Amino acid sequence: MGGFIPAGDIQQKKMLEESGYTTFEELLESIPDKYILKNDMDLPAPVSEMELTKEFKALADKNSASGAVSFLGAGSYDHFIPAAIDHVLLRSEFYTAYTPYQPEVSQGTLQAIFEYQTMIARLTGMEIANASMYDGATAAAEACLMAMRATRKNRILIAGSLNPRWLEVIRTYLTHDDFEIIDVPYMEDGTLDMDATAELCTDGTAGLLVAYPNYFGLIDNLEPISELVHSCGGLLIAAADPVALPLLRSPGNADVDIVVGEGQCMGIAQTYGGPYIGFMATEKKLARKMPGRMIGRTEDRAGQVGYVMTLQTREQHIRREKATSNICSNEALLALANTVYLSLLGDTGFREVSRQCFQKSHYLEKKLLEIPGVRRVFGDTPFFREFVLEFPISADRVCEKLLDDGILAGLPVRELGEGILMITATEKRTKEEMDSFVEKVALICKGAAE
Amino acid sequence: MKTIFEYSTPGLSGVKLPPLDVSADTVIPDHLQRKTGTALPEVTEGQVMRHYVSISTMNYNVEKGIYPLGSCTMKYNPKLNETLARMEKLNTLHPLVPDSGAQGTLEIMYKLGESLCEITGFEGVSLQPAAGAHGEFCGIMLIKSYLEDIGQGHRNEVLMPDSAHGTNPATAILAGCRIVDVKSNEKGEVDADDLRMKAGPNTAAFMLTNPNTLGIFESRIEELTSIVHEAGGLNYMDGANMNALLGLAKPAEMGFDVCHLNLHKTFSTPHGGGGPGSGPVVCTAALKPFLPDPSVKKTDEGYRLVQAEKSFGKLLCFHGNIGVMYKAYSYIRSLGAEGLRKVSEAALINANYLKEKLKPYFDIPFDNGPCMHEFVLSGDRQKEKGVKTLFMAKRLLDYGFHAPTVYFPLIVHEALMIEPTETESMEEIDAFADALISIAKEVDEKPHLVTDAPVNTPVLKLDEVKAAKDLCLVESVGGEKA
Repeated sequence: MGGFIPAGDIQQKKMLEESGYTTFEELLESIPDKYILKNDMDLPAPVSEMELTKEFKALADKNSASGAVSFLGAGSYDHFIPAAIDHVLLRSEFYTAYTPYQPEVSQGTLQAIFEYQTMIARLTGMEIANASMYDGATAAAEACLMAMRATRKNRILIAGSLNPRWLEVIRTYLTHDDFEIIDVPYMEDGTLDMDATAELCTDGTAGLLVAYPNYFGLIDNLEPISELVHSCGGLLIAAADPVALPLLRSPGNADVDIVVGEGQCMGIAQTYGGPYIGFMATEKKLARKMPGRMIGRTEDRAGQVGYVMTLQTREQHIRREKATSNICSNEALLALANTVYLSLLGDTGFREVSRQCFQKSHYLEKKLLEIPGVRRVFGDTPFFREFVLEFPISADRVCEKLLDDGILAGLPVRELGEGILMITATEKRTKEEMDSFVEKVALICKGAAE
Repeated sequence: MKTIFEYSTPGLSGVKLPPLDVSADTVIPDHLQRKTGTALPEVTEGQVMRHYVSISTMNYNVEKGIYPLGSCTMKYNPKLNETLARMEKLNTLHPLVPDSGAQGTLEIMYKLGESLCEITGFEGVSLQPAAGAHGEFCGIMLIKSYLEDIGQGHRNEVLMPDSAHGTNPATAILAGCRIVDVKSNEKGEVDADDLRMKAGPNTAAFMLTNPNTLGIFESRIEELTSIVHEAGGLNYMDGANMNALLGLAKPAEMGFDVCHLNLHKTFSTPHGGGGPGSGPVVCTAALKPFLPDPSVKKTDEGYRLVQAEKSFGKLLCFHGNIGVMYKAYSYIRSLGAEGLRKVSEAALINANYLKEKLKPYFDIPFDNGPCMHEFVLSGDRQKEKGVKTLFMAKRLLDYGFHAPTVYFPLIVHEALMIEPTETESMEEIDAFADALISIAKEVDEKPHLVTDAPVNTPVLKLDEVKAAKDLCLVESVGGEKA
């Protein structure tokens, strides 16, 4: 095997000798003999680059759902990814660098993250942002912990219209016995039940988490929610979909305290669920309660602008058990992907992506509603790019049938009923694809009715 | 260097979308509409490339030279891994497709998990954790869930040596536990007597990095793990230093119950300036039923995502950092068992060679003979002459090298923690050693050269106090608050 070790046998022998040893085994002196493996591990025999490429190609071909025309979202979206992003990401200077512990030789990474923080803050309408979290779900969980730290209260309210997978992650993170998680119901129209919220929002409430738009794509009005939560001394956490933000009133404008979200939709491949990136933005006054890394602007000795990791006294490597989080590695390279994506699109381009998602989803919904027996689940509540419909037949069946034709029809929402399907259209879907999708669904529905 | 916002010209965009091909007749209700722009930069693709390539040149990286950060394992990242991980059918897959549509990716995940179990000697695996600290959280949650299941849910103390990584205590707190510090002895290993005294009826876990953060293999490991087991607790190995043990020894055989691995260290996936990583967790059969949801199972009908019967929950929205797993799997397939063993052998040889070269010039507080894959120097001798370790680290940048990890572990004064990794050549190690030796001489002869450093870097020493005091986390140019 070629391997990646530049020192040959002769050189290694020389290095050993110069270190005062004659054999490699002498270096294992401190490992009790009984633990030293006598035989090599039982792993498949190594293969060359040529063979491995073939092997991977064969494995990739087994992903039969790859390349399907996707109307499936639920937290991972098929958006267009401009070619230039990967060219930036694959710069050795970016992708083979470590965490910027020596800022004088890490200005590329540091400045890129500073720009990322700026873009996230501007999109969300907040004052500051951190350098990233693992994904949207963990960012939401960390935001709940942050709200509890900031308010010194232990109860978190969570809107029932949150992505159920995120809720599971939050429940896992908030494992401490003293923490209390309360589900807040949504109304028949899919928006937050304000009466129930008012009742549940008490003095002990650290905050409320609501998705914007919510899991079903519906747009809650954040302003009355923030007024309510603030009136009992809690913080409002919004889990925002960044693609919706060029069109929707920003969370910051509605007086939200912490905004989190999933950044996969901004230039990151779906890759079966990861790596993705969580973002977190807040107000300056909460900076010291925030988890994760933050990049700050400063000056060097000559007065030249430069960037460093700042407020590190919040972090585990300094603060240990008193840190605001245990997070260390985050998703720096994907923050760069987001930054390059948003730079390439710009204000006009990203607004156009947002507009096309919105209009195409509405076109698709309208067309699907023309099929006899199909109806809206949440009435005429405004939605963004995800919507939920009830079909006269099993949603699982619709998905199965369409996948045979190379189409991902959406996600069956079994909790709401057998015929319920959650569907989305991104800017990548064409009228032709949508019309063909509708036609096929109509045929299946018709077939079932006969 | 200007920021991307400073190049903005209204109306420009680097991406052209096809025109909207459906009617645009739906409007968002006025009270839900955004009334201002996003203030994102408006630039061309060429401007974007020029800007990010320009700032990238201010970065040190492992393809430029040795990156000797201790416990970070900055090894070369093979190019093939990147190409394979970008295969379209591997990276366009939606995470919620039926298992039957994702058999290729599931097979890679399954086989990667199997390999990691063989490498460590364990039986269960979760690929879900996104990074090392996330893996630690997974491990402690496994232990807590197991203890609860056997009626020992009251146990909430996590023991760890004072040389532990900062993530260890932070993780234990996140998992709702208390920290109990265990002393290190004069050899830099865990003080077994102190551990015996502190392990007891409330012990949930003992977290240990092995080899430890001094680069020393815990020679009394059997005794340590037995003490904890006898007290009714479980042993957690922080696998940050697994690059020392591949094919040489298996953590499971040493009495550990669970261990996380850093694919972005040991298994060659790139760090990307601080992520994405991947921190799989491997564990004993007893802990397997509690693994996070989902895991991959091989069945007669192919590979399936399944939920462990007593799963403690979920750590990410989806299944883990799959893109990172592709690269690690590619690495393991490229090297095989013998190749992986040679990785650790070369890592040990390189570290010992470098250590011996530096020994005459620096203090080595815990020098009990050969080190493993890394070692820790102390800058005490130089500090007495008025030059702190921080200055020497900065001076190394002037010599064109990245600095080692400094001021960690905390039990060494003025620490310089050095890990060359197996992918450095003898020549590169010699050059790095020469630079450090030259700096040690400068401390004696021309200390101002060291204390004034760096002078050859893209920016000079940065004012960190100002950064924290005048907190500026976002660009004000071109911004208008929405």
